[in-house]
Amino acid sequence: MTPAPTPEAAASGAPTPPPSKKPAPTLDSKGPQRYKMLATWLLFIVVLFVCFVGVDADFLALFSEGARENMGRILGEMLRPDWSYASHIWKPMVETVQIAIAGTIIGAVLAVPVALLCAVNIMPKKIVSIPARMVLNLVRTVPDLLFAAIFVAVFGIGAFAGMLALVFFSFGLVAKLTYEAIEAIDPGPLEAMTASGANKIQLIVFGVIPQALPYFFSYVLYTFEVNVRAAAVLGFVGAGGIGLHLDQQLNSLRYDRASTIILLTLVIVLLIDYASTYLRRKLL
Amino acid sequence: MNQSVPSKSRTALIRNWIVGAGIIVLFIWSLSSLQFDGIQEYGVQVMKSIWEGFTHPDWDYVYMPEGEDLLRGLLETLVISILGTFISAFLCIPFAFWASNNMSRLGIVSGSGKFVLTVIRVFPEIIMAILFIVAVGPGAFAGVLALGVHSIGMLAKLYSETIEAVDNGPREALIASGASKLQVLRFAVLPQVIPQFISYALYRFEINIRSATVLGLVGAGGIGTPLIFALQTRNWSRVGIILLGIVVLVIIIDLISGWLRRRII
Repeated sequence: MTPAPTPEAAASGAPTPPPSKKPAPTLDSKGPQRYKMLATWLLFIVVLFVCFVGVDADFLALFSEGARENMGRILGEMLRPDWSYASHIWKPMVETVQIAIAGTIIGAVLAVPVALLCAVNIMPKKIVSIPARMVLNLVRTVPDLLFAAIFVAVFGIGAFAGMLALVFFSFGLVAKLTYEAIEAIDPGPLEAMTASGANKIQLIVFGVIPQALPYFFSYVLYTFEVNVRAAAVLGFVGAGGIGLHLDQQLNSLRYDRASTIILLTLVIVLLIDYASTYLRRKLL
Repeated sequence: MNQSVPSKSRTALIRNWIVGAGIIVLFIWSLSSLQFDGIQEYGVQVMKSIWEGFTHPDWDYVYMPEGEDLLRGLLETLVISILGTFISAFLCIPFAFWASNNMSRLGIVSGSGKFVLTVIRVFPEIIMAILFIVAVGPGAFAGVLALGVHSIGMLAKLYSETIEAVDNGPREALIASGASKLQVLRFAVLPQVIPQFISYALYRFEINIRSATVLGLVGAGGIGTPLIFALQTRNWSRVGIILLGIVVLVIIIDLISGWLRRRII
């Protein structure tokens, strides 16, 4: 089987590339090239400078009396987490994971037909695959928290809005990764089946699914990891989960409790990450 | 799970069924304890007004002479992500060398580096933004700092993988000819990794522009702030134009950055 984009690459966020093997261009090779390089750097520095002025970036403010005091106080309180509060947050923590599970599964199921429509080796008609890809790209431009903020405004505060946001987000991610995996499958079995007169459905069920399924599951697991992290902050816009409690504790300046929540969330996220990475390694 | 084997054994089949059933049980458990109330009553009406707003975006909001308009918001978002990416692209270099296993002999060094990076990576940027808001006050600068620190987690991991993949030939040649550690770094390692570093920084920039749009939801500057106001006041035509602006901005940035990345590598 031709290797599809590895989930490791996807997990680390790498677009596609293996590290470039060609020799790096040396700085001082040719005159004109050197000036071009210099001009690029100059432009870059000017842009950066304008940006820094634009946001009133004051790095001294970061180390000023007030900032140091505030930061020091917060960090001091955060270093002494209020463990007695931990028993209050198991329920929202479970809810967070539930939001992630439900969102991932629904999104992944919805992604399957769209991924098939996007893959050019299944759907050679450009008139279908190109609009389908455009829809996918559109969905993927919107961050999950934005989806959540919108759905909260539509459906009211609660876990349902969060789940819906993750459905959309997972749909975009799984569909894109899966259609790329489908396009990378071995065409041999497909050609043999087409030659022996299989129809489109048979082609998909017996030719595509057996080859693409491990990749699909692996991508779904990866999306689940991302979704657990996303679900942990959905509460900041009112979309349920542990984020709601974190927001409340931060607003009432209980940094010791906030720190408990953050630490427990980190533990849960890391555990799920490790379990999922292990499963993905077994799958592929 | 390898289904391409033609003769599936009985145990594998049973195992697949068990896994499938397990997923369904998990799914039902998740759905059943989530509460779905308060959706039906006014859902249709809200949907209608949203549709109304999205199909008639508030074009006047694109540019307003007195300020606080869409273009300025988007520009601020762009600036936040440029600066955040820039800061992290430099801050993460020492972390990358710390975490890559071919730069030190002791396994514990790179192992601890990798763990630190994982913790930074899973620490949500929204929370980081809130902490920086407390330190430097609400505004774009807090957003810049949040992105700058959060991006280290992913960027340093990608950088360290690049460093681990460098060709050892030039390094060994330099060491053999008596170069110092710094010279080896400058003439053997850096030339090999810089193009890849820039490419990853651009990729992270694409992610940061998406993050920067939501930082405003907690008050860390950018287009998110007017968006959350528009959402709270149910001003759907304004929500429509802001979303449209975000989508256009993200697509343009993706195109430019993708083009640059293809040129660099």
